[in-house]
Amino acid sequence: MTAVVDKPTEQARSATPEFEAANERQKRRRGFLLALPAYAYLVLFFFIPLGIVVAYSFATRTRNGSTSLSGWNLEAYRKLGEPIVSDILVRSLLLAVITTVICLIVAYPFSYFLATRSPAVRNLMLVFVMIPFWSNFLVRNYAWRVLLGNDGPASQLTQAVGMGETNILFTQTAVVLGLVYGFLPFMILPMYAAIERMDWSLIEASRDLGASGFQTFRNVALPLSMPGVIAGSILVFIPSLGAYVTPEILGGGKTTLLGSYIVVQFLTARNWPVGASVSTVLMLVMLLAALAYFRAGGRTL
Amino acid sequence: MGEGLSDQSLADYAGVSAVAIEGVTKRFGDVVAVDNINLDIADGEFFALLGPSGCGKTTTLRMIAGLEFPTSGSLRIFGDEVGTLPPDKRPVNTVFQNYALFPHMNVLDNVSFGLRMKGVEKKSAATQAREMIELVRLDGMEKRKPSQLSGGQQQRVALARALVNKPKVLLLDEPLGALDLKLRQDMQHELKSLQRELGVSFVFVTHDQEEALTMSDRIAVMHDGKLLQVGTAEELYDQPVNRFVADFVGQTNLIDATVIDDEMIALANGTKIKAPNPYPGGTKVAMSLRPESISIGAPEDVPEEFRPTSLHGVVQEMNYLGHSHVYTVGVDWMPLEVRTNATPTSIKYEPGTEVAIWWDRRSDWVVPDEGYSS
Repeated sequence: MTAVVDKPTEQARSATPEFEAANERQKRRRGFLLALPAYAYLVLFFFIPLGIVVAYSFATRTRNGSTSLSGWNLEAYRKLGEPIVSDILVRSLLLAVITTVICLIVAYPFSYFLATRSPAVRNLMLVFVMIPFWSNFLVRNYAWRVLLGNDGPASQLTQAVGMGETNILFTQTAVVLGLVYGFLPFMILPMYAAIERMDWSLIEASRDLGASGFQTFRNVALPLSMPGVIAGSILVFIPSLGAYVTPEILGGGKTTLLGSYIVVQFLTARNWPVGASVSTVLMLVMLLAALAYFRAGGRTL
Repeated sequence: MGEGLSDQSLADYAGVSAVAIEGVTKRFGDVVAVDNINLDIADGEFFALLGPSGCGKTTTLRMIAGLEFPTSGSLRIFGDEVGTLPPDKRPVNTVFQNYALFPHMNVLDNVSFGLRMKGVEKKSAATQAREMIELVRLDGMEKRKPSQLSGGQQQRVALARALVNKPKVLLLDEPLGALDLKLRQDMQHELKSLQRELGVSFVFVTHDQEEALTMSDRIAVMHDGKLLQVGTAEELYDQPVNRFVADFVGQTNLIDATVIDDEMIALANGTKIKAPNPYPGGTKVAMSLRPESISIGAPEDVPEEFRPTSLHGVVQEMNYLGHSHVYTVGVDWMPLEVRTNATPTSIKYEPGTEVAIWWDRRSDWVVPDEGYSS
């Protein structure tokens, strides 16, 4: 009898700071348990391999092409200063920047257009933007090879309008074209999200206060859509910098870029430390870019 | 008579409306938002566009601002046709409903925005902006971002941002809608005195009839895209043109009636009431009777001169509002609202009491039984 009476009294004891803290701890523990599979996955397949790459970048290549982990040194990083490597670095950076800028110029007006359509049109056009993802990236690059080939449709078109043959396949132009094509959706989506979220009465207010269309874009629309611009730029810049498939297929291996260089170091030259050091530098550049984005106050990746 | 001619042109000049709207219609697809309205707003006038949501008042304001273009009709600001001019080419500025302050700029940059866009040099723009910020009593807040301001402060920034451009007409779209009651009342006074000080026309959109009555020199009542009546607060309150205006502006009892002749009407139960009216016999009308115009008392107490304008009924409900008693009196076919001043000496009539109600002949008002009634 007493037990029956005691039980509710125990449940209804008054709240204490200790009780609150314990409750808080329990909540945190539950959150951690839920995230555990993701943590385990990240540690196993991301942090550990990353550590191995960084470790190898300080290792030494032996004469027979194997890698000696004894005797840490900066030899591999010193090699990055050599003209042949730094040229590749600069060229890759330049190509990534050009790709990003072209994507920006193409995507901004399109995103603006998209954000001002009716919801039905908007969704339909967003599907169009995503359609390329339904087929394999490699296949799409080969498709461009056909399009840009010497007797391909692109060349036939320019011949038809009397501009002569186009021979841009296996040039940097073709690589940029392929990269822009491949990464444009990554620019459009965050940009569209940012513009769509914008308060349109601010645009009206700007016009009402005497700003022309261009002044409004420059002083109101652009600053307010900046998070989307930065997010999109990083999403395009990072994969462009390390791109491998597109430069290989459309560039024909004529001009080496970072991605190809890394592959060559690991597979052909068997110089793992150099491959690892280039990878590490690339990663640092990307990390800096991402940090710049978060510093700029963006939160939507 | 050469002088007569110049007098005439002087009169013409003085008579140029700040805003002249002539036969303006605005369609959105099949929807007629504004239906052929004519409106003249004088220079220096505090003018309210009043109506329920969806009545076209905001669309009208936006057409004056240039944020919408009329489908047809003519729209002039100080005599100049502006129908298709973009907003930045018009001498008007707007205070938006949600203020639309630029979130990425501080108060000073927000206020000086208009001047900067017009090419005013930075220092002078800042000086003028500071003066305006002072005028709306926000000095010291120049460096704050809009998100760090209260609703009332944001409202003042929006005002300063518009007024710094010295607009010929200031447009305000429900500017007080987001503020709480006390702040709203303060801002009403402030807006009114600001308008008097600047002498600029304010065109003010609101759905709050009390706000419109308190603040405006003249009010235009809109409903379903149509302009129903334009007039001073007293005109709208005492002489509404139809059922809708009578009902929307202030509180009123609308009693269905039929015209007998130009002196008499018959109420729905057959009671004949003296009510002068301009309508032909047999016309269906409604008699508008304001709750505060009605007196209440014991049936035998009806003064002789008010006999022709009295009714008998039973008190159904009594509510005490501090300054007044509000009775619901059931006359045999409908309940009427009666409001009396509550003083310590006033007699209270409990529910169930048989009473008489009467009113002065001048305080009833007959309106045609047309249009919407809520």
